[in-house]
Amino acid sequence: MAVEAESALKLDKLSFQYKGSPAPSIKDLHLEVRKGERFGLLGPNGAGKTTLMHLLCGLLLPGSGSIKLFDTDLSESKISHRKRFGFVPQDFSFYPELSPVENLNFFGAWYGLKQDRIMKRSKELLHILGLTEVKDKAVKTFSGGMKRRVNLAIGVIHKPQILFLDEPTVGVDVQTRNAIIAYLKQLNRDGITLFYTSHQMKEAEELCERIALIDEGKIVVSGSIFQLLNDNKEQDLEKLFLKLTGKDFRD
Amino acid sequence: MYKLYATLRKDLLLLLRDKVGITFIFIMPVILVLIITSIQNSAFDIVNNNKVPVLISNQDNGEAAVQFLDALDKIGLFELHLLRDSVNPVDLAARMHQEDALLAITIPIGFSERVSKRAVITANKAFQILETPESKSTQPLVSDTVILYYHPVLQDNYRLNIQNGLHSALKMVETKQILKVVYQSLNEDANVQQVDEDIFKSGIDVLEVPVSRGGIKTIPNATQHNIPAWTIFAMFFIVISLGSSLVKEKLSGSHLRLKTLPTNYLISLVSKLILYTGVCLGQVLVIFSLGVWLFPHIGLPALNLPQDLFGLFLVSLISALCAVSYAICIGVYARTQEQANGFGAVSIVILAAIGGILVPAFAMPEAFRSFMAISPLHWSLESYYGLFLEGGKLSDVWGNLLPLLAITFILQILAFAGLKKNNLI
Repeated sequence: MAVEAESALKLDKLSFQYKGSPAPSIKDLHLEVRKGERFGLLGPNGAGKTTLMHLLCGLLLPGSGSIKLFDTDLSESKISHRKRFGFVPQDFSFYPELSPVENLNFFGAWYGLKQDRIMKRSKELLHILGLTEVKDKAVKTFSGGMKRRVNLAIGVIHKPQILFLDEPTVGVDVQTRNAIIAYLKQLNRDGITLFYTSHQMKEAEELCERIALIDEGKIVVSGSIFQLLNDNKEQDLEKLFLKLTGKDFRD
Repeated sequence: MYKLYATLRKDLLLLLRDKVGITFIFIMPVILVLIITSIQNSAFDIVNNNKVPVLISNQDNGEAAVQFLDALDKIGLFELHLLRDSVNPVDLAARMHQEDALLAITIPIGFSERVSKRAVITANKAFQILETPESKSTQPLVSDTVILYYHPVLQDNYRLNIQNGLHSALKMVETKQILKVVYQSLNEDANVQQVDEDIFKSGIDVLEVPVSRGGIKTIPNATQHNIPAWTIFAMFFIVISLGSSLVKEKLSGSHLRLKTLPTNYLISLVSKLILYTGVCLGQVLVIFSLGVWLFPHIGLPALNLPQDLFGLFLVSLISALCAVSYAICIGVYARTQEQANGFGAVSIVILAAIGGILVPAFAMPEAFRSFMAISPLHWSLESYYGLFLEGGKLSDVWGNLLPLLAITFILQILAFAGLKKNNLI
C-alpha cells in the first residue's frame, strides 16, 4: 500500500484583497505541496504570485482561509516557527553597503544561529555560489548576478525545511541562472522543499516536478508537467501557458 | 544576546560607511559651535572690552562743553574723536561712514552759556528756599539739547546703554556748574576744583559677584553659553541621520526579509537606541573636549566643566536618549526619507527656537514661553545651564531632568504604537 507523502504546505480557501482594491488578489485558493517536492507557481504579471508569496511568509495576513506549514496554521504559529522556511524575495533583500560575509553574519543571527555555525555556513555558501573572492567587498559594487546569489545565500543560511523563491533568477545571465538552478536542485536533494514562482517557462520545466498556473488570483490548473502537457495536448509549457492565460497584456 | 550584538555590529558598520551621516553627526556641530561661539565672543568683546568711537562736533567750546567732553572721557565707554571744523549734519553723517564711527555728538553753539544760566537759576531757587522756605521761583529753566547721531546697526539695548552714559556725563556737568555758583555765592575764595573732586569721587564701590550654586564663581562667557546649547542641538539633529536611515531600511528590501525572520523587530530598534545614544555621547565628548582644549588656543574662552561630572554624564545620557527616541519616532512615522529629513530638521529648529537655544528664554515673547515646556531641548538646556552656569549639582537639576524623561517615555510609546500599527512588531 502506497504511503501518502506528508504535506509541507497546504492552502485552504485562501483569499486576500488589498485595501482599496476593487477585486481580491487571491481568490478561494486551494493548494498542497508535499515534503521534498520542487513545486512551481507560474502565472503572468499581476496574477497574484508575489501576493501569495507574501502571505506564505507572513508579510500579509489572509482575509479568509488558512495556510498550514508542516501542519501548523501560520495564524496560530509562534515567531520561532519562521525558522522552518527560507525566503528569497524578488527584490534584493540585503544591506548593499555590507559585504556578503557581513550580511550573512547579521541575517544568520536573526535566524537564531550561533556565531560558529554562521561562520561555517557562510564559508560553505560563499564557496558553492562562487562568492569567496568577493566575500569582503560591499555588495553594492556587485553585478546583478552576484547580487542574486547573495540574495539566495541569505535565504538558505539556516538550512530551512521549505524555501520560498520569488522569481530568483530575474535579470541574470545564463551562467548565473544555470548555477542557481543547479544549486536549488542540490538543496532539494538535501531534503529542502522548494516553492518557486516565475513566468519563465523553460526554467520551470527544468526545475519543477509539479506546477500550478495562477491567473487573476485563482489556480487555473495544477499537476505534473508531463500530465498537464499531455492533458492539454501541448508540446511545451510556454504554449500551454499562452493557451490558458491568453495573449493579452496582463499588468 | 548574540542577535543584539550582531544587530549592533551591523548598525555600526552601516553608520561608519555613511560618510554624509558622519559629517552631519560630528563635523557640522563642531563647525557650528566654533562659528557661533566666535561670533558671540566677538560681540561680547565689542560690548564689554572695546570703546565705542564717537565723532565730536564741538560748536560751543565753552567751559561746560569742555567739562562734558572730559566727563564722557572719564566714563570709559567712548573713544572721542574731535572734529576741528564745524560740520553740518549731512557732512557729519558722511564723516561717520568714512571713519567707521557708530556715533557722533554735536554740542550746539551757546551750550555752555545755557548750562551756566540754568545752573544760576537752579542755585538761586535753592537759596530762595533756604531763606524763605515758602517762596517759589517763577523763573523758567533754560533747556538745551545735545544731538546724538547713531548708526542704525546699533541694537536698542546698546543704544540705551550709550544714552545712559551721555545723561550721566551731562548731569555731572550740570551739577558742577550748580556747585560752582553755590560756592562762589558763599565764599569767593573756595577751592572749587578740590571740592569737585571730593564730591565726584564716589566712596561707594559696586562689587560684581555672579550668583551661582555651591559658591562657584566662574563668570559665564560665550563658551559656557554656547557649547551646552549647540551640543544639545547637535544631539537632536541626529534625526537627519537616524530618522532617514530608519526610513531607508523600512523601504529597502532588507526590511521585507527582516519581517519574515524569527526575531522581533524591536531588537533592531533597541540596537539603534544603544548605538545612537553612544554616538550622541560621542558628540558631547568631542564638542566639550574642543571647548576645554582647543578653544583657549584659538582665542576663545575655555570651557569650564561643572564640578559634578556624574551629573554632567547623566544629563548628557538622558538628553541623548531623548534625542534618539525623537529620531526613532520620526523614522517610524515618516513614509519617505524626504519626509524624515524635512520634518526632522524643521521640527528641531522650531523646538530649538522655543526651547531657548536660538533665542534666550528671557528674550522670548510671553506667549512663546508657555510652549517651552513641550520642547525637550528646553529641559535639556536648563539642566546643562544649571550645571555649567549656576555651578549646580545633579540634585539641583532633577526638576528639569524629570520632564525630559517623561518626554522620552512618551516618544518611546509613540514609536511603539507606530510599529504596532504598521504590523512591524
